Amino acid sequence: MAHAGGITAHEHAGAGEPGEGHDATRRDFLYLAATALGAVGAAAAVWPFIHSMNPAADVLALSTTDVDLGPVAEGQAITVVWRGKPIFVRHRGKQEIEELAKTDIATLPDPQADAKRVKKPEWLIMVGVCTHLGCVPLGQKPTDSRGEFGGWFCPCHGSHYDGSGRIRKGPAPKNLAVPPYEFTTDSTIRIG
Amino acid sequence: MSAPEFRNGLVRWIDHRMGIFSFMHHELHEYPTPKNLNYFWNFGSLAGFMLVVMIVTGIFLAMNYTPHVDHAFDSVERIMRDVNYGWMLRFLHANGASFFFIAVYIHLFRGLYYGSYKEPRELLWMLGLVILVLMMATAFMGYVLPWGQMSFWGATVITNLFSAIPWVGESIVTLLWGGFSVDNPTLNRFFSLHYLLPFAIVGVVVLHLWALHTHGSNNPVGIDTKGKQDSLPFHPYYTAKDLFGLGIFVLFYFGFTFFAPDFFGEPDNYIPANPMVTPAHIVPEWYLLPYYAILRSVPDKLGGVLLMFGAIGVLFILPWLDRSPVRSARFRPIYKQVYWLLVADCLVLGWIGANPPDGMFIVIGRAATVYYFAHFLVLLPLLSVFERPLPLPASISEPVLKGGGAAGGTVKPMEKA
Ligand code: HEM
Ligand code: FES
Repeated sequence: MAHAGGITAHEHAGAGEPGEGHDATRRDFLYLAATALGAVGAAAAVWPFIHSMNPAADVLALSTTDVDLGPVAEGQAITVVWRGKPIFVRHRGKQEIEELAKTDIATLPDPQADAKRVKKPEWLIMVGVCTHLGCVPLGQKPTDSRGEFGGWFCPCHGSHYDGSGRIRKGPAPKNLAVPPYEFTTDSTIRIG
Repeated sequence: MSAPEFRNGLVRWIDHRMGIFSFMHHELHEYPTPKNLNYFWNFGSLAGFMLVVMIVTGIFLAMNYTPHVDHAFDSVERIMRDVNYGWMLRFLHANGASFFFIAVYIHLFRGLYYGSYKEPRELLWMLGLVILVLMMATAFMGYVLPWGQMSFWGATVITNLFSAIPWVGESIVTLLWGGFSVDNPTLNRFFSLHYLLPFAIVGVVVLHLWALHTHGSNNPVGIDTKGKQDSLPFHPYYTAKDLFGLGIFVLFYFGFTFFAPDFFGEPDNYIPANPMVTPAHIVPEWYLLPYYAILRSVPDKLGGVLLMFGAIGVLFILPWLDRSPVRSARFRPIYKQVYWLLVADCLVLGWIGANPPDGMFIVIGRAATVYYFAHFLVLLPLLSVFERPLPLPASISEPVLKGGGAAGGTVKPMEKA
């Protein structure tokens, strides 16, 4: 449609009806306006298709997980699932917390104090997904390699995280993410 | 082009109304082709053959495949064990992907050696690269379908590449996944796209051939044909040569398919996907290893991703980086050497990509990455200016008939190719 209009406008101008220049201008305007409207319409029609690829309502509905921290003794770590991702829960000891508080934040690639990453210092709760390209770092099992900073180590491309889950070395740009969570009682949390 | 006289009446009737038979006669039969093409010119038709094999085997696999996280792995095992000839279809498809890439990579390096990307074939070259990119996307999504450990973690790492894009990266990744991790919605859409993209490739192949038939094939000496004496009709000369080459190629392809079907595969992909545990060594399929090596050579996330895509990106602007008027490396003494260095460099990158990223591997990987880009961005522009090409033969026929190479007979110095 818009295209056909364009050709007509062109022919009119080209056919050279003298003194009818304003006609060509009006046609040009209509041609442009119709094309622009068509483009906007097409873009608007694309959105439902794109958005249908975003998380559906049922996927969004699965987005809280309750965890009972009771059975996790000091020094132990467990992995739970939230939104299809592993969540690392580690019960840390006094000494470890004090050590981490001493880290010189200015030297970190993604500077963040340990205290800012926890609600209760003994419970470190993080998304166990490497911020590089999404592998699950090692360090949850007692037999795992924990990397050069005693926290987690991602084997995919060699990222080292410390005991606060902060990136210290390797290609990952960010600290392991802290998910939204709250303590529902003293020893249970709700993630999400 | 004079319309041929078809003997069959029905053919004549149709051709008069829709010149499809004249068209085919023109493009596949009398189509004049340089008479000096060597066996490296077989790989285009071999790639076309592999595309057909992939589509046919894929369609039959899809009849028994279930794109659901709970059933995908088992449905592939069922194809392997219970479906009649299912094992054969799957191994033809899985090894077919490898042989498709072998054919296309040789085809591409043929173009690099003989300067086939130069004027007037720039669009032809770029359309070929579009095909390569679509193939990589298709193969990547296909590899996700069996839903083994490598499928899952390959999908995770590759989709996460997009998270490197500033600001919108995370939303794009969520959009790709249809969730918060690689999961059932991801598998579903990958299956849908894996079915679709090969047909998009067919479309681009048509454009590629259109561009090819506009100026015809390049040839090993890289100079234009100068008349009938320089070319042969495509049929029967090159149809026969292509078929002979196909026989040899298929021998290798079937050799692997039937005698070493898992040679190119990763054992970890026979372990069902587990979103909670990443395998110790995740590696992509061999045809993606050089890019993976480049990705890992850069200590910065966004930088690594950009450089990886840039590795294909430089190939798109290659016709404007290499300004030497001589096409074929036969007459470019220095280019010929850096060409082989580039081949070696790509093999080194592939080897690095297959190894864990530590120690020496990082150092070598970085050096090889730098060299790769230096080849295109520094060496080629410099060579265009400083290299002194050998004299070109006067015509394609000349070296063929006089048996001599560049040195033989009368030479016109420095002819523009
Ligand atoms: C450009 C052409 C194609 C390429 C490069 C390609 C590549 C691949 C690869 C690498 C795999 C994984 C093989 C494995 O390890 O099991 C795969 C699987 C699969 N492909 Fe394709 N494919 C192509 C065309 C198609 C087409 C047209 C279909 C039609 C629907 C298809 C359907 C399938 C199915 C159902 C699977 C899963 C079964 C299996 O894993 O063997 N493919 N593809
Ligand atoms: S995904 Fe962890 S280092 Fe790349």
